[in-house]
Amino acid sequence: MADTALDHLKANGRIVVVGASLAGLRGAETLREKGFKGSLTMIGDEPYEPYDRPPLSKQALLGMGTAEGTALPRRRDIDAEWRLGVAASGLDMAARRVKLADGDEVPYDRLLIATGVRARPWPNQAEGELDGVFVLRTRDDGVALARRLDAGPRRVLVIGAGFTGSEIASACRERGVEVTVAERADAPLVGALGGVIGAVAAELHRENGVDLRTGIMVTALEGDSTGRVRAAHFSDGTSLECDVVVVSLGAQRNTDWLAGSGLGAGPRGIACDAGCRAFDIRGIVTDDIFVAGDVARSPHPLFGYQFLSLEHWGNAVSQAETAAHNMLSESTDRRPHIWVPAFWSSQFGVSIKSVGVPSMGTEIMITQGSRAERRFTGVYGYQGRVIGAVTFDNSRWLQFYQQQIEATAPFPPPFPTVDRRPEGQKPLPADFPDPSVPTHGPTVTLSGYSPADRRLTFTPAGH
Amino acid sequence: MKQGILSDILDYSNRANPYPLYAELRKTPVFHDGDGPYVISTYHHIQSLLHDPRLSSEARNLAAGAGDPLAGAEDEGASALPPSFLKLDPPEHDRLRRMTNRPFGPPDSPHRVDDMRGFLHTTVTGLIDNLGDPERIDLVDQFAYPFPVTMICRLLGVPREDEARFHVWADTLAASLDPDPGADPKEREKTTHDARMELGMYLAGLIEERRKNPGEDMLSQLAVGHGQDETMSTMELLSTAALLLIAGHETTVNLITNGMLTLLRNPDVLRQLRETPALAVPLVEELLRFEPPVQLLPQRTPLADIEVGGVTIPKGSSMWLILASGNRDPDRFENPDRFDPYRKDIQHLGLGSGIHSCFGAPLARLEAQLALTELTRRLENPRLVEDPPPYRQNAVLRGPRHLRITCDGVRPS
Ligand SMILES: Cc1cc2nc3c(=O)[nH]c(=O)nc-3n(C[C@H](O)[C@H](O)[C@H](O)COP(=O)(O)OP(=O)(O)OC[C@H]3O[C@@H](n4cnc5c(N)ncnc54)[C@H](O)[C@@H]3O)c2cc1C
Ligand code: HEM
Repeated sequence: MADTALDHLKANGRIVVVGASLAGLRGAETLREKGFKGSLTMIGDEPYEPYDRPPLSKQALLGMGTAEGTALPRRRDIDAEWRLGVAASGLDMAARRVKLADGDEVPYDRLLIATGVRARPWPNQAEGELDGVFVLRTRDDGVALARRLDAGPRRVLVIGAGFTGSEIASACRERGVEVTVAERADAPLVGALGGVIGAVAAELHRENGVDLRTGIMVTALEGDSTGRVRAAHFSDGTSLECDVVVVSLGAQRNTDWLAGSGLGAGPRGIACDAGCRAFDIRGIVTDDIFVAGDVARSPHPLFGYQFLSLEHWGNAVSQAETAAHNMLSESTDRRPHIWVPAFWSSQFGVSIKSVGVPSMGTEIMITQGSRAERRFTGVYGYQGRVIGAVTFDNSRWLQFYQQQIEATAPFPPPFPTVDRRPEGQKPLPADFPDPSVPTHGPTVTLSGYSPADRRLTFTPAGH
Repeated sequence: MKQGILSDILDYSNRANPYPLYAELRKTPVFHDGDGPYVISTYHHIQSLLHDPRLSSEARNLAAGAGDPLAGAEDEGASALPPSFLKLDPPEHDRLRRMTNRPFGPPDSPHRVDDMRGFLHTTVTGLIDNLGDPERIDLVDQFAYPFPVTMICRLLGVPREDEARFHVWADTLAASLDPDPGADPKEREKTTHDARMELGMYLAGLIEERRKNPGEDMLSQLAVGHGQDETMSTMELLSTAALLLIAGHETTVNLITNGMLTLLRNPDVLRQLRETPALAVPLVEELLRFEPPVQLLPQRTPLADIEVGGVTIPKGSSMWLILASGNRDPDRFENPDRFDPYRKDIQHLGLGSGIHSCFGAPLARLEAQLALTELTRRLENPRLVEDPPPYRQNAVLRGPRHLRITCDGVRPS
């Protein structure tokens, strides 16, 4: 039998991966595992081999393990050409070439885009550049912040109480560093988990000695004559002396390099189908460009086929594996990426996990355990079905609730369980903030049904 | 489905090889006959039920008259101790297990088990040194039985001089789980009852003593508590100590004995283990899949009507989860009836799963790894004297009553 195009691709093809982090690496490993023998190029703008981000706001800030020591374990040798420290600056879809910032161009037969997200910077650039003002997304950010915490700052201000901000505050307290957390919403984590759980998170902060200020915005950061940050000013007219500020206001998708390429990429990410194939701006699916990880937005059958963007470690791995599989498969052998969202965080000694999409929930029921004991399971309901669940130190039940989500089981759960307490007898309003008010790091964003990103104006590339 | 398959499983004549019966059972993944228990035999159903918060381990949730031929087989209630956490649901289960874990495992005591390595090794070495005539060894009586009790004594901090008495009680209690059809049931009941009372009295005294003079052992640390949470009451502590003793005894005996039996039936693997002691780690996992010491869990009941594989199991029904059958489910494991320590994907059910998953797992693993490595290393050319060996009655905690072997000699340690 004659070789198919697919056999040819597997034997001699050129696959390029842009974004050499979690999704990029796992995708590349899967390609080799599936028998891809052709050339593989890994393009990453950071100078480091792939490393793991979750420890940056956890162990690395506590001096247990360093930010430098977070290299991702390798599943196998990927025999790739590494182009590290150089950004991809453009894409020519017709000619199938990736343009690099150093002027080089790399041709491909298949492209995997896994450029992730970056920390949203402090809106006032001059203030953001003051010495002592940090964001936390990269290894360099982690090293710099850890070093500053080692030096024993007088007071740290964390702006934004999403997961990352809360973890940073927790690390500060564990190290005995004074910390203030400022959050625009009424409680930490409300964007991701709603007000009922946010109230528990707020108590955790306060019990652990965090000076938590909610319903407030930081209006300005003030530097001293040497350019070091010395104070912050709040919307209620008060101010605070602080020598370290961590801006933790969520993330922005790394899609700027695709502007003008014709790919369906914008501020909300790159739209792809359930098979991880990218859409172009006309809403037509491409056949040679695949997307995975934090930068992707893809439709999910369990959540009404809305496009979901997930900033979840497990999603990056799973989506990259699916993308790699599909790249090397005939159309009938392709698999959909139907990973049920799952997220974890650890803060103030509590392990928090969630499955599904809590932020779609309108109601929540504490089905097991008790909030006062900080050990419970909360189940989210949307239109009479189970849509998500969260556990505080109770993760062993998560698998069950994941099955409930997958089975679109009715809400409120009509059955008794072990460890049902008086507070778990009936659902409460989940109390999510108005979705039109942006919150910091909901970690799951629903973005409607259109593969095109309406908020994007497609400006022609500058070259 | 063949009628009477449950009585076949319980029938002693099938003890040596129940696996064909399990294969038969799996054709009806949720089996129910008359007023008997609901029997679950496939991997995925068992696994998800063990994570299902609608399932209770508490006897009081069983509907009156829920038929279970195993009911009462391991009746610890007679001792008037409160139920141990094995038979409790959250939050009580969690509270007691958490407190018990503090002096045992991470995060508070990450080194407890590892620190026992040296003592384990010395114990194993001593037992092998004393095997006597290499041509007539009974690995059950001479090795596997004494070993775990010595470990539990050490863990709990039972003084050396009391250990002999402790062994007697432990053996009596283990035997009570194994009805001997020949013996007078009244007589047995009395022996068991006496052993339980004496053990209880002994432990109560020891706890009293440790409260005053705490040492590094687990009993001391449980008795004084950790300040956080509450401290265990004396009654709770007694139940817990008895649980550790019972849960970690017969099970470990069976794991070691099943292990040697399986190795002697698979001489290639035996040789590989002798050459590569590190093989012991995956080998013990494969053993827990292939010949699990706890064949089934008879202690679960649903708090509501639940649906499993299209069958509604009514609230309060008695259920059996056949771990040993799930472990041989071809929908989960390739070539399930092959013993293969090199198996890559080995998420077995041998230690349970979910909130009641084996508390002593790290210790059990270490015990079995060490015992099998040392036996393999030191016994010269070991052979089975009889195959299959005679089994104990018990269908739940299944294992050989004797494992007679012969060998050319015992290498010095
Ligand atoms: C501090 C912190 C804590 C976290 N904790 C958790 C947690 O507890 N649980 C959890 O589930 N998730 C957590 N996450 C999220 C998780 O790390 C991400 O989901 C994961 O890193 C996504 O991987 P990715 O490969 O898609 O994207 P990224 O890791 O963002 O990688 C994208 C890579 O592409 C590079 N890149 C971008 N543009 C270009 C370009 N034009 N050319 C070349 N390279 C480019 C980027 O520099 C980056 O190296 C955390 C993240 C952070 C920052
Ligand atoms: C090879 C040996 C062992 C095997 C196969 C084994 C198996 C199991 C299984 C299957 C369970 C689950 C019971 C259930 O779900 O109802 C369990 C629970 C338990 N095991 Fe083990 N076990 C072994 C050794 C030990 C040892 C050495 C100890 C003690 C040090 C121990 C202590 C316990 C305890 C306390 C529980 C109850 C846990 C709970 O209810 O939360 N086990 N074991």
